[in-house]
Amino acid sequence: MVTASDRCGVLPKADFQRLLDVLGAKGYRVVGPVVRDGSVMWETVERTADLPIGWRDEQEPGRYRLEQSGDGRLFGVVHGPQSLKPFSFAPREALLTIERSKNSFASVPTLPKSEKVAVLGARACDVAGLAMQDRIFLRDAYADPYYQARRNSMFVIAVNCTRALATCFCASMGTGPGATSGFDLALTELETVFLIEAGSSEGNDILSALAIDPSSPASIEEAEANITSCAMSQTRRLNTAELPGALYEAHEHSHWDDVAGRCLACANCTMVCPTCFCHTVEETPDLTGQRTEHARLWDSCFTQEHGYIHGKNIRPTIKDRYRMWLTHKLASWIDQFGASGCVGCGRCITWCPVGIDLTEELPALLKPSIRTQQKPGQV
Amino acid sequence: MTPISQAMAESVSNPYLIQPATIVEKIREADDIDTYRLQFVDEQVRRSYRFSAGQFNMVYLFGVGEVAISIVSDPDEPDSLDHTIRAVGRVTKAIAGLKIGDVLGIRGPFGQGWPLADIRGKDIVVVTGGLGCAPVVGAIEYIFRRRSDFGAVRILHGVKSPHDLLYHERFETWRQHPDTKVYLTSDRADKNWQYHVGVVTELFHEVRLDPARTAVLMCGPEIMMRLGAPILIDRGIPAASVYVSLERHMECGIGLCGHCQMGPYFLCKDGPVMRYDRVVQWLGRAGV
Repeated sequence: MVTASDRCGVLPKADFQRLLDVLGAKGYRVVGPVVRDGSVMWETVERTADLPIGWRDEQEPGRYRLEQSGDGRLFGVVHGPQSLKPFSFAPREALLTIERSKNSFASVPTLPKSEKVAVLGARACDVAGLAMQDRIFLRDAYADPYYQARRNSMFVIAVNCTRALATCFCASMGTGPGATSGFDLALTELETVFLIEAGSSEGNDILSALAIDPSSPASIEEAEANITSCAMSQTRRLNTAELPGALYEAHEHSHWDDVAGRCLACANCTMVCPTCFCHTVEETPDLTGQRTEHARLWDSCFTQEHGYIHGKNIRPTIKDRYRMWLTHKLASWIDQFGASGCVGCGRCITWCPVGIDLTEELPALLKPSIRTQQKPGQV
Repeated sequence: MTPISQAMAESVSNPYLIQPATIVEKIREADDIDTYRLQFVDEQVRRSYRFSAGQFNMVYLFGVGEVAISIVSDPDEPDSLDHTIRAVGRVTKAIAGLKIGDVLGIRGPFGQGWPLADIRGKDIVVVTGGLGCAPVVGAIEYIFRRRSDFGAVRILHGVKSPHDLLYHERFETWRQHPDTKVYLTSDRADKNWQYHVGVVTELFHEVRLDPARTAVLMCGPEIMMRLGAPILIDRGIPAASVYVSLERHMECGIGLCGHCQMGPYFLCKDGPVMRYDRVVQWLGRAGV
């Protein structure tokens, strides 16, 4: 997790502004968690004081509250509704501008302007989610140039977790609470200092520019111990040993009806998920009719339109849609991308208005179905 | 070395770029179905564009949007690019109003077509229903261009009613090839219908071929493939020699938008042509 090397140093908390200044001097706009609307959102951070110092989040199924923590921690808030996803896979991305000409048209790609963004405060689950999105958008038959452009300008500063939320289960998914790769810098917030580890050459440059003291074995040990105890304190877990097969086999399970009776098909879970990638394409012609914009927008398998196929809907019921989402996330994702689509961040549990908890739904679906116990063969 | 055009260079790195193509012919196939013969506006795109039978393009109408349509024409004549389109949705209804000289956009080709190299030397049974005959036209043309590379050819095509029959002349032309039989059927007949009456699976008994060396290409309503394939497999055709072309909503064509999933597959990139034994567990599953 945290390794002793010249790529590791300690920054006194009182000097945290220096990190922001060095990043700014290197041309990065620093974005970090900022208290807004009763939660934290990614916003520009210029001063240390912009961070949610002294706040912490309490998350439960269907519940999110910020509270005063009574300590001076800079990163006491674990996370808000946003993962890293909006930075690389924009909620709305213009793909092309298409202009009509005589007897034809010309399409011009509208690649995003590259603005160097340093995201400060990414959690290990979010870094894992970003790695999964990289796999989806960059390492398939076609590399997505829009995602690539945004991704190239991202500098990821992870903050290792030393406090778990009630909704966290990253330890069981093998994605956290400490970030092991996929970051440029990783911080661990200790009592009086931050332990800073570089994970890339760009991260190393920042670390060199900071000119901070090398880390001591004691500080590394303290960080390790805090991360380990955070993992141990997680109460939720997901047992994925029987996946994907067991969930494919549970397709006719009676419990889908149970969860469908609670699910509102609001799509919140897919919007806050760090890995969900479904999108739709929208065409917006201007008033002259000479020019049109071709853009993609986040979509969700919970919408009516997602299951549309000429003239009919293959997923007309909420049961169909929840089953599609969970089976994709936890089962077919493994076949498609070699790993689970779940990173254990717990956002889908917190931001579900009725508190549906996949760590409870999955075990229920893997138990024998009531229906199959009653009458074999009857669906 | 010929320098590649700007349009070509960009589309290599950007799979979303749309190439304009002019409608050079519009052939009325049925009340709400037309075949559009397209020619790329960019000459280099026209020269270098290649596809294989069973692949599809994203067809675009300016200001309206894109829709996935299989390529109907002969892959050996890529400069004649045909798409048969039924006016059924928002985009296809708007396309129906176009005329010769109007411009559509093309992005593609995408997906996996028919495995024509793998089935070389085999007897071929083609089973299609309705508009499902469109994605196999290219495969049939490919086979007839290399007639001696393949064994017997049996083409079985079903429609709901006689006026749904497309490509009537094509079927009659195919019938003329050596060791080739074409069977047409309609669920309902009218007084001019001279072929079988009933569903396409009723024609299976007409096919008397060595099942071990037979390959099947199927495309049509999912229920036709779901019920039809097991009958053929029961007759001894290996499940791994049965191929089905499947359909789901597609918005990107490159496996990213998520709409075309069927179980673990993205039909736009893993399909639309799939080996039956790989998809059998997903066919007919509610909500999949």
